[in-house]
Amino acid sequence: MGFTTLFRKEMLRFLKVSVQTVAAPVLTSALYLVIFGQVLEGRMQVFEGVRYASFLVPGLVMMSVLQNAFANSSSSLIQSKITGNIVFILLAPISYLEFFWAYVAASVARGLAVGACVLAVTAWFVELRLEAPLWTAAFALLGAALAGALGLLAGIVSEKIDQLAAFQNFVILPLTMLSGVFYSIHSLPPFWREISHANPFFYMIDGFRYGFFGAADIAPGVSLGLVGAAFVAVAAACLLLLKSGYKLRT
Amino acid sequence: MQALSGVTLEIAQGEFFGLLGPNGAGKTTLINVVAGLARADAGAVSVMGADTATEYRRARRMLGVVPQELVFDPFFTVRETLRLQSGYFGMRENDAWIEEVMHHLDLTSKANANMRSLSGGMKRRVLIAQALVHKPPVIILDEPTAGVDVELRQDLWQFVRRLNADGHTIVLTTHYLEEAELHCSRIAMLKAGRVVALDSTRNLLARFAGSRTTARVVARDGRNFTLELSSYNELETQLARLRAQGVEIADLELDRPDLEEVFLRLTS
Repeated sequence: MGFTTLFRKEMLRFLKVSVQTVAAPVLTSALYLVIFGQVLEGRMQVFEGVRYASFLVPGLVMMSVLQNAFANSSSSLIQSKITGNIVFILLAPISYLEFFWAYVAASVARGLAVGACVLAVTAWFVELRLEAPLWTAAFALLGAALAGALGLLAGIVSEKIDQLAAFQNFVILPLTMLSGVFYSIHSLPPFWREISHANPFFYMIDGFRYGFFGAADIAPGVSLGLVGAAFVAVAAACLLLLKSGYKLRT
Repeated sequence: MQALSGVTLEIAQGEFFGLLGPNGAGKTTLINVVAGLARADAGAVSVMGADTATEYRRARRMLGVVPQELVFDPFFTVRETLRLQSGYFGMRENDAWIEEVMHHLDLTSKANANMRSLSGGMKRRVLIAQALVHKPPVIILDEPTAGVDVELRQDLWQFVRRLNADGHTIVLTTHYLEEAELHCSRIAMLKAGRVVALDSTRNLLARFAGSRTTARVVARDGRNFTLELSSYNELETQLARLRAQGVEIADLELDRPDLEEVFLRLTS
């Protein structure tokens, strides 16, 4: 029951400001598609028979899923901490497990909602096929959960908005931009290709895209396993911190 | 830094208990430890028999805490805030009680107003409603009347007294000593994290302030006299002595012993 209510509260929170939390990221993605799709069309061929704009769309969708899932848990928690209303949750008989899953589930919901809207809007402009929808769904779900858990971790550790912004700008943004949203890592020099392999976001984008085109840089099973492992590691860190009350209970 | 040290307190069910002390004495820290917002390095706290660490769910269900700070979630209306708080405590279908609490705290007209739009006093009422929404037997009020106007203060005390009469245990911290004196049957005074006094309000007044009772007498000819009394019984004798000296009494004012004196003696 504590979980259900906390999840509901987190959902209401982002739905009440859906222009900012859903419509704005959809517009951003559409602009990316219009600009990069136009400029790079014909200059880049990644998969046989797939136009660049079509290649770009799944990457943009997944990027929106990840960024919004991260933003949801991290901004909600940091706002509650700064305004002090986190006290209402801390006073309640809610376990650290319920706390974790409620924030992550709401982040997944927002990530998927934004992702679905981005897909619905951008699909108008390009031809898309969905060869393996289950892989797409699995990567969207697990990717959103990982980003939501990362957001929660950042929210727990940060004490001020600028600390969270630093995490977002210096960790999350480079990881998403360098994850192969706009290119295939095969087009990179060998050194940068190797570096990309250390980026968990790369596997999420690559696996998600596999669901559309049936082609990927890495076998989707391997990618899903790595994303799953990253989620377990981040979730474990979150649960440890939540259990100890780190920066939440003095 | 040690915020609390060697604090041992037992508050009986149904008591109206006051926790007093100067700023930084550890009152809020003590409340936070009881409520699970802060963790003690050592020692144990239980609420109605439930240990706040090992049985935290049961302990927290027993507790309604009104925090000192005027905190609120700007995303929600008053009713939404109360429904959410009720849900956190596992209470579904609680609307009847939520409406009743809002009615008693004069919040019904603001039920659909966003928390952001409320005045400070109204936000304070919502905080109280939030603490009561799960019907806790023990209510902790941390400086509930700080920055509250006279009317709300009166309403609030009336409501809290009724809760106490209904069997709720009330634990109060306040800077307004006259409020503690008026409402609390027993008082603990904290200083630098330690309990420096723990007794019934009446005993505290008798023990620490009783000897200081003074009577101020104004004579018809304008002269002023201050009489130091060790007890009220002495008043008659001393007034008789003045009359014997030919003093005609025009006005008489008694300085009742008050908690402020006890407080100053114990904490300064």
